[in-house]
Amino acid sequence: MAVCEDKEQDPRIRRIASSIRVVPDFPKKGIMFQDITTLLLDPKAFKDTADLFVERYTGKGISVVAGVEARGFIFGPPIALAIGAKFIPLRKPRKLPGEVISENYVLEYGTDCLQMHVDAVQPGERALVVDDLIATGGTLCAAISLLERAGAEVVECACVIELPELKGREKLNGKPLYILMESH
Amino acid sequence: MFPFSSSASAPLAHSLRLPSPSPLPPRTPPSHLYRLGLPNFRRRLLLLRSVSTAVRAMASEGGEDPRLPRIASTIRVIPDFPKPGIMFQDITTLLLDHEAFRHTIDMFVERYRDKRITVVAGIEARGFIFGPPIALAIGCKFVPMRKPKKLPGEVISEEYSLEYGTDIMEMHVGAVQPGDRALVIDDLIATGGTLAAAIRLLERVGAEVVECACVIELPELQGYQRLGGKPLFVLVKAA
Repeated sequence: MAVCEDKEQDPRIRRIASSIRVVPDFPKKGIMFQDITTLLLDPKAFKDTADLFVERYTGKGISVVAGVEARGFIFGPPIALAIGAKFIPLRKPRKLPGEVISENYVLEYGTDCLQMHVDAVQPGERALVVDDLIATGGTLCAAISLLERAGAEVVECACVIELPELKGREKLNGKPLYILMESH
Repeated sequence: MFPFSSSASAPLAHSLRLPSPSPLPPRTPPSHLYRLGLPNFRRRLLLLRSVSTAVRAMASEGGEDPRLPRIASTIRVIPDFPKPGIMFQDITTLLLDHEAFRHTIDMFVERYRDKRITVVAGIEARGFIFGPPIALAIGCKFVPMRKPKKLPGEVISEEYSLEYGTDIMEMHVGAVQPGDRALVIDDLIATGGTLAAAIRLLERVGAEVVECACVIELPELQGYQRLGGKPLFVLVKAA
């Protein structure tokens, strides 16, 4: 796991990076899956992860943290609670019980759909999108679309891990991306 | 209205399969809305707008935690989701109220911080929202309990009953050690089947389940009786 060269070597990031487990051939052969569940088993690494995001976003007028199902539900709420923002779950179809807006996005094979509750976000709100990892960027792109369609301003996307070779960063409609580490 | 805590009846032996839950009874809106003599569409509108109508916080001797009314009032009830007759308790509106969300976490943290909990197990997916903030505050591990084929490493699996058919819950091998003291978290307990599966997984690897904690209970479904004798703590009971 490569810690970003352009980052100050925050000593916390090394520990976080070392706590992430790589599982080969999941979900299919050839994929090296970045497993953050082992990070969650290390209370200091998990706390440091949350703190790094909170330090960045405190005092930036962010009123919404949107987390992408399901691992975004793990990292988003602690950030939302610490910075005084609301948390919005962005979910797979038919999970949210109220009226929703939907955004389709492309997978390697086929398409999928992300949904958000109508009225979760007010126009003009400043939003952060959180997920554990950015790969192709399709999911985050759909998340940005949902928030912008509701009139929010997406300030940044935040992930623990980036797979830079998949160039997901280029799919974010020009929105900035903040990550703690890359994996090659 | 204090948080409600109840103990189940005598513990079931681990080898017993829990009984299949009876089909969920059809749900009707609270009776006082009928007494208002409103036409159907307006009654449903009142239900959608009135977040506290079908939700009441638990009473207890000694006084009411002032945070509970706000928490209860932020929960939205959605009729006929996921199917006709079900009154769905929607916590997403609680998450939109920063203070209510903070109070919810605080109430769990206050209860568990001195209980030597070493692992918080959260059930996919809404248990992932409430579990991690609790784990972070009390300084312990968080373990996601997931639907099949989501966890990438070696897993142990537990089958459990649904209203029709069964489902499977998985946990990573090695996440929990013998002697770990565990708290199981979900947003809501209905029949108790999901929580019971989580308890069995944790006990199979030698952990001690100290308690199950949920924001909401549907007491008519008597889920607390299916927890293998483990105690249940909830903030709010829904009619």
